[in-house]
Amino acid sequence: MIRATKLSKFYGGKRALGPVSFEISDGETVGFLGLNGAGKTTALRILACDLRPSSGTIEIGGVDAVADPHEVRKRVGFLPENPPLYTEMTVADYLKFAGELRGMTSVEIKKRLPEVLEIVDLGDVQNDPIDTLSHGFRQRVGVAQAVIHAPKLVILDEPTRGLDPVQIVEMRNLIHDLKQNHTVLISSHILTEISQTCDRLLVLNKGALAGEGSESELSKQGEIRQITVTVRAPSGDDPKSQVSKVLAAIGGVTKVSDPYEQGGGLSFSLSTQKDCRAEVSRAVVEAKLDLLKLDYARSELENTFIRLVGGPDASN
Amino acid sequence: MRATSIIFKRELGRYLRSPIGWIIAAAALLIEGILFQALALPGDNLSAIVLEKYFYWASGIPLVCGILLAFRLIAEERQNHSMVLLKTSPVRDTEIVLGKFFAALAFLAIILVLSIYMPLLIKVNGKITGAQIFVGYLGLFLVGAAVLAIGIFASALTSNQIVAALLGTVFVVVMVLLFMLAKRLESPVQETLEQVDLWWLHFQGSFMKGVLNLKDVIYYVAVTYFFLLLAVKTLEAKRWQ
Repeated sequence: MIRATKLSKFYGGKRALGPVSFEISDGETVGFLGLNGAGKTTALRILACDLRPSSGTIEIGGVDAVADPHEVRKRVGFLPENPPLYTEMTVADYLKFAGELRGMTSVEIKKRLPEVLEIVDLGDVQNDPIDTLSHGFRQRVGVAQAVIHAPKLVILDEPTRGLDPVQIVEMRNLIHDLKQNHTVLISSHILTEISQTCDRLLVLNKGALAGEGSESELSKQGEIRQITVTVRAPSGDDPKSQVSKVLAAIGGVTKVSDPYEQGGGLSFSLSTQKDCRAEVSRAVVEAKLDLLKLDYARSELENTFIRLVGGPDASN
Repeated sequence: MRATSIIFKRELGRYLRSPIGWIIAAAALLIEGILFQALALPGDNLSAIVLEKYFYWASGIPLVCGILLAFRLIAEERQNHSMVLLKTSPVRDTEIVLGKFFAALAFLAIILVLSIYMPLLIKVNGKITGAQIFVGYLGLFLVGAAVLAIGIFASALTSNQIVAALLGTVFVVVMVLLFMLAKRLESPVQETLEQVDLWWLHFQGSFMKGVLNLKDVIYYVAVTYFFLLLAVKTLEAKRWQ
């Protein structure tokens, strides 16, 4: 349904996005993941036809979004980071206005409004002015305006931003409801948030696509295993360096971190490409070191994310 | 143009419901009434001269209210992030600008209509015609349309409402005072600046005196069109930034 090809956007001379290419099928829920400034909002604004790309093409539902943005806008609902609200209006009046702008007739709005109010659970406050609502309710009004015209594609930019934990759970449930009838694109820099709601993730880093796939697929890409080995400090001038040399010589170990003292021993974190717990324990024993503890962990999505975006522990 | 009508209704409703719109209207009418009493009526002038003086002072209404009504129209939407709703709906930039412009123009027309009792008082007690009043008000309306267009263009340039108001004021003041500069220059620059001036030649020289010249009407329509076009092009250009 969505096909972006070599999409890029420059603000002045500064590249904010691209070139990136991706495809999103009908009915998918896709998360745009990345640190602040990674290009998520720019990508979503281009997909919502709020911004024109500097180069590249986007096809949404077979329509070229650059050549015919007007047509694409009819099929897209967009909730930006800051909901586009007219706070002096009541919820119902605002949603009617949003529906009219999207080309709905008054009969269509009359039929659709109760459905949308039910989806976003705003029935009780529909006659309240928006400026009297809490942040969580305003966010829901923002979602309601994005779906009032029953678009095929719903784009939500940081939909849980600024919400309290209860509101986050409510928003997550709302997104799950939207998934039933819409293709949903969500952006977030909060990994847990996006991994719980999306079928597939697009990881952006400095405007480029750093990774793509489901949570499990991403975790498998260049999967990192980490072994933490704790040994009793050997006697000698430089016990840390002595143990480090033994561990670094083990096949499959790519990195040995600086040790720290733990439980009367020295703990070393080893980054490995395979499960080499047996080799580690054998090497420790052969070096006549006392093995106190051995922990093993495969990389979680969070580690993968940090690696993909080149964060501080990317080389673990 | 369906979207223009939708935006027009919302914007006009906002003027009519918000205290700001009525505060602007009340202040304008109060000041105009005081000026009418203090500066237009005194003396043993002919009623046509009194009417001229009235329109002289009344021309301040479209000049000031035009800026006050227009400066927030787009800048506020950007500041409050509500512009995204318009920009991501199947609405053309032209429709956005026109919807807002016509709403502001309609509210300005309401203010002008509310002031009509003053020339009617002159008519009841003097010898002026309804046509003179009509021509004067047509002039005020056209000046208002041009000032609103300038204000909307200023509003499209920035998301800061204060900057938009200042820019709009500067544009209008410069265009109103061009005739002063023209007086100090020589032909053909003098004539050119006089023709471009927003008030002196086209309002003070004709509409204010009850004279209807087609070229003056065309001038105001052209200025209005030019600045509305600039506003539309500014919105379009910002999508590329």
